[in-house]
Amino acid sequence: MLRFLVRRLLQAIPTLLILSILVFAWLRSLPGGPAAALLGDKATPEKIANLNHVLGLDQPVVIQYFKFLGRAVTGDFGASLVSTQPVMSEIGTFLPATIELGISAMIIAVLIGIPAGYLSARYRGGVADNVIIVLTLIGVAVPVFFLGYMMQDLLAGPLGLPSQGRQTAGLDATAITNFAVLDGIMTSEWDAVWDAIKHLILPAFALATIPLAVITRITRASVLEVLNEDFIRTANSKGLTQPVVRRRHVLRNGLLPVVTTIGLQTGALLGGAVLTERVFNFRGLGFLLAEGIERRDYPRLQALLLFGALVYVLVNMLVDVSYGIIDPRVRVR
Amino acid sequence: MIFGAAGNPKLFDPIFNDEGETFRITRQIFDTLIQNKPGTADLEPSLAEKWEPSNDGKTWTFSLKQGVKFSDGTAFDAAAVCFNFDRWYNMKGAAAQSQMIYYADVFSGFAKNESTDYGDPVYKSCEAKDPATAVVNLNKAKGAFPAAFTLPSFSMQSPTALKQYKADEVTQSGDSFTYSEYANKHPVGTGPFKFDSWDQGKGEITLSKNETSPTQTAKLDKLIFKVIPDENARKQALKAGDIQGYDYPAPADYGLLRNEGEQVLVRPPFNVLYLGINQSGPAAEKLKNLKVRQALAYGINREQFVKSKLPEGAETATEFVPKTISGYTDDVTKYPFDQAKARQLLQEAGATDLTLKFYYPTEVTRPYMPNPADVFTSISEDLKAIGIKIEPVAKPWNGGYKDDVQKFGKHDLHLLGWTGDYNDAGNFVGTFFGRKKPEFGFDNPQLFQALAAADASPAGDAHAKAYQEVNKQIMDYLPAIPISYGPPAIVVGPKVKGLVASPLTDERFNTVTVN
Repeated sequence: MLRFLVRRLLQAIPTLLILSILVFAWLRSLPGGPAAALLGDKATPEKIANLNHVLGLDQPVVIQYFKFLGRAVTGDFGASLVSTQPVMSEIGTFLPATIELGISAMIIAVLIGIPAGYLSARYRGGVADNVIIVLTLIGVAVPVFFLGYMMQDLLAGPLGLPSQGRQTAGLDATAITNFAVLDGIMTSEWDAVWDAIKHLILPAFALATIPLAVITRITRASVLEVLNEDFIRTANSKGLTQPVVRRRHVLRNGLLPVVTTIGLQTGALLGGAVLTERVFNFRGLGFLLAEGIERRDYPRLQALLLFGALVYVLVNMLVDVSYGIIDPRVRVR
Repeated sequence: MIFGAAGNPKLFDPIFNDEGETFRITRQIFDTLIQNKPGTADLEPSLAEKWEPSNDGKTWTFSLKQGVKFSDGTAFDAAAVCFNFDRWYNMKGAAAQSQMIYYADVFSGFAKNESTDYGDPVYKSCEAKDPATAVVNLNKAKGAFPAAFTLPSFSMQSPTALKQYKADEVTQSGDSFTYSEYANKHPVGTGPFKFDSWDQGKGEITLSKNETSPTQTAKLDKLIFKVIPDENARKQALKAGDIQGYDYPAPADYGLLRNEGEQVLVRPPFNVLYLGINQSGPAAEKLKNLKVRQALAYGINREQFVKSKLPEGAETATEFVPKTISGYTDDVTKYPFDQAKARQLLQEAGATDLTLKFYYPTEVTRPYMPNPADVFTSISEDLKAIGIKIEPVAKPWNGGYKDDVQKFGKHDLHLLGWTGDYNDAGNFVGTFFGRKKPEFGFDNPQLFQALAAADASPAGDAHAKAYQEVNKQIMDYLPAIPISYGPPAIVVGPKVKGLVASPLTDERFNTVTVN
């Protein structure tokens, strides 16, 4: 297992290197540049040229890249142009929000998606199956930001839920880990816990829609496939009770592709979080990225895009590891 | 009170800053020597009770308010004033100097310039004659004074705190800069509020009442700025009662907000939108002809455009400074809408087959230009009606537009504008037409000289008169066409009292109460 992990980690290095070149080249090819972004509206070509010189942006791109790489391997991604805070400390500050939102969305997606997919497969062709299929189609098709705005306008008021932010403004809650719910529990500030949960509900549901729909469909397809396998017929003919067959054979075998999907969807959540966090003003990494793109915050974008890639690589590794746990044959191979 | 801000502040040391979201906060923490009378661009005393220029404009004597303390308990006096002036002038390091945008603009150079872009320093020295009298000596008179003393960048900061938290340590970090602990956590001024915290994760900046504030004791105990970048989200937050006010409501929402009982406070215009003309662009030969530029001016129905496309309070511009600025004059050549005259001028100039490359920005709204596409359509329709062919070029504001127009001068016509920083005509016309620029592509030494002379003319009536003369010259020469003065608005909930909308977005929250 350890060798497997090390090999996967080593494989991640060239991936990240290539990505860093792509990200760097892309940002450098955009008109404007960091100097214009730093100087804002009143930037003149002379001021921009002067600042480019101070920042070393008038040097050849290859030199700039290697300097960037040299700093990046030591964890120095510079400071955000928008907030002037070191980008790594920004990521540390904003990451908990994204994790909190992502986990909530994934819990919703898994808790609803797997039973719904199973139900759909078990009652194939019935009313429940048809309703679930239509709903999952809508779930995949509706853009997150549209859903987000609809939820804000139609649901927030009637349900008494906040439509934006992570916490009520001015709420004096203690921050320890920056996980709002966890901090509230740790300090027994139950008002703050409830406040944080209320702020999570709408964005988590908005973010959950796509993974929820995908998980439902994959579960359905996978369970259907397993139900037709010979070993299920064998299990049934052995006289095992239905709950045992379902738990031991159908679910266990049917879950393998679902786990892969959950893993991939977790990686994709970061993409969805950009829109969701933006719409709900939920200050996580997605919010940070959206703001970074708008304000041409190059140091922040460089760091966030590479960080996102790293997370994706790690999540995929976890998926592979969990494969091995569910199905030992994968490990042997 | 919780106020919804449109963007993150950058840092709280105002000398290294030049953008509004930070100034909104530092204006509550710091005072300047002179300030703007609430709701106007006129000057009134702040930390200086009186200010007196010498006849040649090279010496400024400030009589300071007595008994004032910084919020860290240290005294504000003439020595503190001189400490601040000397700090700016002696600032070391290319990183630090490159971030002192307003200082470099107003004071030209430093004790030791770190860039060839800076010139001879305007500042010479500062003497603390006695605790209540500070004398600032300049190497030459500067038209920007005294108005520039109101700039938030030139706020008076506590020398003790500046030293203690190493405020001058600005370092380069990759493509960007990092600032001292002072700038992020410990700004100390004499203002009605003092800085409590900046919670990055929540996007909240918390200020509390400064009990030691000399005359402007705040009525609010706590003032929180909540950063909500999305305009729609700010509106939702106000409706939900999460915040009690926010900035930059969309003009389309004014009516809706008022119907719901909110107070939309329209600021007096302090900006100008203009149609730029490039005399070195693709159609340079034609556009160098004054008659052609005049034809463009007569051909545009600006009144109609202002009435139909701009929010309430907008006005048609007759020159490049808004009416609130000293130096504005009604006595300029005007170009009322007259299509027949426009066609005739084109004929006289032999330019009846004129084709112009008209650049306009996308992905942006500015206070003077809520919707660039609307402005473009309106103006280009007018120009087509007098027989000019238009080749539209739309580019993203930061994605090539500003480069193409201001750096490369690829255009014939373009849309741009300016929001003033302080009450000085030079801040407008000097910025636009003070020297040869790719944006306008003309070289008119006479006009450049007149602007330089107006800038160096001593403060007061002579100064205003000099700019009035220059404004006349500009409107005769017509390097561009002023279109409109636009009013941005600020919105507060029904329970908020005492907030005065300022043309300079210099709203101060010390007079505010929330029932």
